[in-house]
Amino acid sequence: MTDIITKSPALQTTPLATDIPVWRVRLRLLWRGIRTNVALFTENPIGLVGLAIIVVFASLIVIHPILMKSVWDRNVYDPVLGIDLAIPFHPAPPSPEHLLGTDPLGRDVLSQLMHGTRSAFILGSLAAIVNFIVATTIGAIAAYFSGVVDSIFMRIADLVLMMPVITILIVLGSLLNLEMLHLAIVIGILSGLGGTTIIIKSQALTIKVRTYIEAARVAGGNDFHIIFKHIVPNLLPLSFLYMTFTVSAAIAIEAVLSFFGILNIRMSWGVMIHTTQYAGYLLDMSKWWLIFPSSVSISLLTAAFYLVGRALDEIVNPRLRKR
Amino acid sequence: MAAKISQMNINNPENRSALITESDETIVKVEGLKKLFPLTTGMFKRSTSFIHAVDDVDFYIREGESLGLVGESGSGKTTVGKLLVRLLEPTNGHIRMLLDVADQDIARLRGRSLKRFRWHVQMIFQDPYESLNPRRTIFDTVSEPLSVQGIGDIAQREDRVAELLTMVGLAPAETFMFRFPHELSGGQRQRIAIARALIVSPSFVVADEPTSMLDVSIRTGVMNLMRDLADQLGVTYLYITHDLAVARYMTERLAVMYLGKIVEMGETEDVLANPLHPYTRALLSAVPVPDPTLKREPPNIKGSIAKAIDPIPRCRFYDRCPLASRVCEDNDHPPLEEKGPDHWTACYMV
Amino acid sequence: MTDYLLKVEDLTMHYMTRTGEVSAVDNVSFALRKGESMGLVGESGCGKTSIAATLLKLLPENAKVKSGKVLVNGTELLSLSEEEMRSIRWKRISMVFQAAMNSLNPVYKVGDQIIEALENHNMISSNEEARKRVEDLFLLVDLDPKMMDQYPHEYSGGMRQRAVIAMAMACHPDLIIADEPTTALDVIVQDNLLREMTAIQKKLGMSMIYISHDIAVIAEVSDRIGVMYAGRLVEYGSAKQIFKRPLHPYTHGLMSTFPSIVGPKRELKTMPGEPPDLINPPSGCRFHPRCPKAQQICSQQAPEFRDLSGDHYVGCYFPMEVTFDGG
Repeated sequence: MTDIITKSPALQTTPLATDIPVWRVRLRLLWRGIRTNVALFTENPIGLVGLAIIVVFASLIVIHPILMKSVWDRNVYDPVLGIDLAIPFHPAPPSPEHLLGTDPLGRDVLSQLMHGTRSAFILGSLAAIVNFIVATTIGAIAAYFSGVVDSIFMRIADLVLMMPVITILIVLGSLLNLEMLHLAIVIGILSGLGGTTIIIKSQALTIKVRTYIEAARVAGGNDFHIIFKHIVPNLLPLSFLYMTFTVSAAIAIEAVLSFFGILNIRMSWGVMIHTTQYAGYLLDMSKWWLIFPSSVSISLLTAAFYLVGRALDEIVNPRLRKR
Repeated sequence: MAAKISQMNINNPENRSALITESDETIVKVEGLKKLFPLTTGMFKRSTSFIHAVDDVDFYIREGESLGLVGESGSGKTTVGKLLVRLLEPTNGHIRMLLDVADQDIARLRGRSLKRFRWHVQMIFQDPYESLNPRRTIFDTVSEPLSVQGIGDIAQREDRVAELLTMVGLAPAETFMFRFPHELSGGQRQRIAIARALIVSPSFVVADEPTSMLDVSIRTGVMNLMRDLADQLGVTYLYITHDLAVARYMTERLAVMYLGKIVEMGETEDVLANPLHPYTRALLSAVPVPDPTLKREPPNIKGSIAKAIDPIPRCRFYDRCPLASRVCEDNDHPPLEEKGPDHWTACYMV
Repeated sequence: MTDYLLKVEDLTMHYMTRTGEVSAVDNVSFALRKGESMGLVGESGCGKTSIAATLLKLLPENAKVKSGKVLVNGTELLSLSEEEMRSIRWKRISMVFQAAMNSLNPVYKVGDQIIEALENHNMISSNEEARKRVEDLFLLVDLDPKMMDQYPHEYSGGMRQRAVIAMAMACHPDLIIADEPTTALDVIVQDNLLREMTAIQKKLGMSMIYISHDIAVIAEVSDRIGVMYAGRLVEYGSAKQIFKRPLHPYTHGLMSTFPSIVGPKRELKTMPGEPPDLINPPSGCRFHPRCPKAQQICSQQAPEFRDLSGDHYVGCYFPMEVTFDGG
């Protein structure tokens, strides 16, 4: 079968001058692509603000274990089990020892906040990855095969869209022992099957009718090749965009569920609010350090991912660009 | 059959001619080709109306020649091209080609044999801005027929791509290989599309208006390239175009289509010099001429092209024909008849 | 001076883009008499549509007119305010775009859209008068007046283009600019439309600028022809002069690369290279990298656009001497 190549007479006369292996060229191309997109991204102040907020929160994740190992005594500062016995009455207001005070159980709020950031990131990115895989695959397949396959997936999407997600999760949480991993997968699948699939599919429909899809078929490519080598790569920008929105949604949903205390998560921003509410300080503004750090963090981080998503949107949809 | 193929050297025209079992040099023979598109589609709805995009078409192409298929938009010429490369499935009819899959009707190929068929028959598309995937490098695009067919390893494919790029005038090849389509001009892109089509050394290529989107000063370069490569590699073209002047330069034989029917077919120069069918005459007289001193007569034709939706059984050209008479209305569409040496026309009145 | 309807002097226009300044129109000068038709021919990106947009002041935000004058009947257009320009557009100069579908609003009846254009310019007093005017216009472009109460999607491609032409002529302008009016149409429809446009233009004594990449179309409809290359007008003269004796090597090249169905079948010449990137146009004459006659001076200094033989302008140091004999 290699006859086409080996016996070609012109071959000996035109050897390829470059000795660079293909994978290095590809890496370089990838790098170049990233650079141009980064350049476009950095032109947009909205995206930069969002990114800065995300970086600040991400740094908290890195700093927390270092603090726990060095300056913070585990017995006092552990976000779940710690208690400061030196202070007689909890919750205690901010002090040099506890920059954001302590919670009703005597735990350090700053430590909780930093630990909760990790939870938020893990949950958000897991949900986003699941959402990405589900939505992109189903969207591409539904658009490509159309007909019955499309109808089935779109009816599922309609169903998911009609379902009250929070209510379902509350029921699920009461029935089952919902941990973070489960929650992330459920959120990812629900958001992936619902709205995101419909949007990705409509984008896939515009790609499906492009001539290069026909060209790939004439080249001999089968359905799998066309879906994953031609349609999906062209969906990636939009998929990434919806990943950022899923992160925001997941963080917000977790907060709601934790608030009701139905998740088996030891520490998160939602759990912090739950503890406050449980101890009856939810509306007590004199104990502001209990409610504000976590709620502000939730708002900031969801907003940050949303802002990054908007900035990505301008890269993905060149029509939104100013020039 | 697999053994037969592996022994074959596709690059060598002599080997291919050994496969020709019949005495004549016809490489493509199309009989009664038909494609209907239903007007209503849906899961439970039954369509009652059909667009007769290609309606009972017969033609043949000799090896090494190129057949031009001309007509207005909506005449079904692109549909014929897509049927021949099996991008569309014919409703009816036979397509026979002298390939190593020739013992089967091309119209009914499936699965592995359809994939093998794609070694031999390729297509060049009209719009080079649409036919190249913007997210794939030139190497990915040109080597795609090899990679999906599993021919050669990466190094061999790379060499072969370089060879093809040089052949289509994109030298030095390595400066083009790892670029993306948006970094190239329209003419360069169309050369890439040509390289992709020729990389498996096909014997038959359907070219669907390959130069109509290109600028004048670039167009002739691509046209000449296609001719040269055809001579060099022994490629047979079906050249689809709406431009009779381009067809004159690119084809040896010409078929004129109107509403899904071939109305005239013959040697290109013969058809252009002595058009027989009233539609061909009208089409020819409507072509603008780059000479301001020449005043053309207006084309002798009425109305405008319609859609072939469940056509009435009479001559398809009846409504617009200056020669239309009783015969044309009472009988079904006239068959193609040989009115001169290899000059066929479908008209009761000539 | 007075017998010229349109005078364009040293027009230079740039587009500011992310990657740099595009020199889209560079130092273009030409004049058009009343009742004459002019063809502007060139490849995509050569600036022919940009000139049309400048004449109508329909430029995008990032376009910047660097210098030059556009005089219509002695009125300088480029210094006019948007308000003043609006009264000139449609009334004095109107335009037919390539994509007819985009010029027609799909949710309004075609006739109503023309009436609206008339109303905007206070051309009519009553509804009956308006309908009468539209009827006349439809008859003029060979459309059935009954079709004025139909929507654009009920029209075929050719009919839509006719409707757009009717709209462009609604206010009896002095000048119509037609940008690739027939490019998307089939030859028979194209022929029909071009014949009608020329007939109407001669009948009403309007001036017309046809913009096309198709030299054959231009040859059929224009009294005068301007050839553009890479943002510059390289040759301008009467159609007969230009086709009989093209002076610029680019014009000559265009003609010998153009396939024709009449005359003997000749070998098609190819022009080397590709049109340049207008962000970094070649120095001197912009055609010099592709020119068979280029000498050292061509790459150093841009040639003057001069009248070489009786109203036949060319921007070239070494104009062609041979008569075009079809190859």
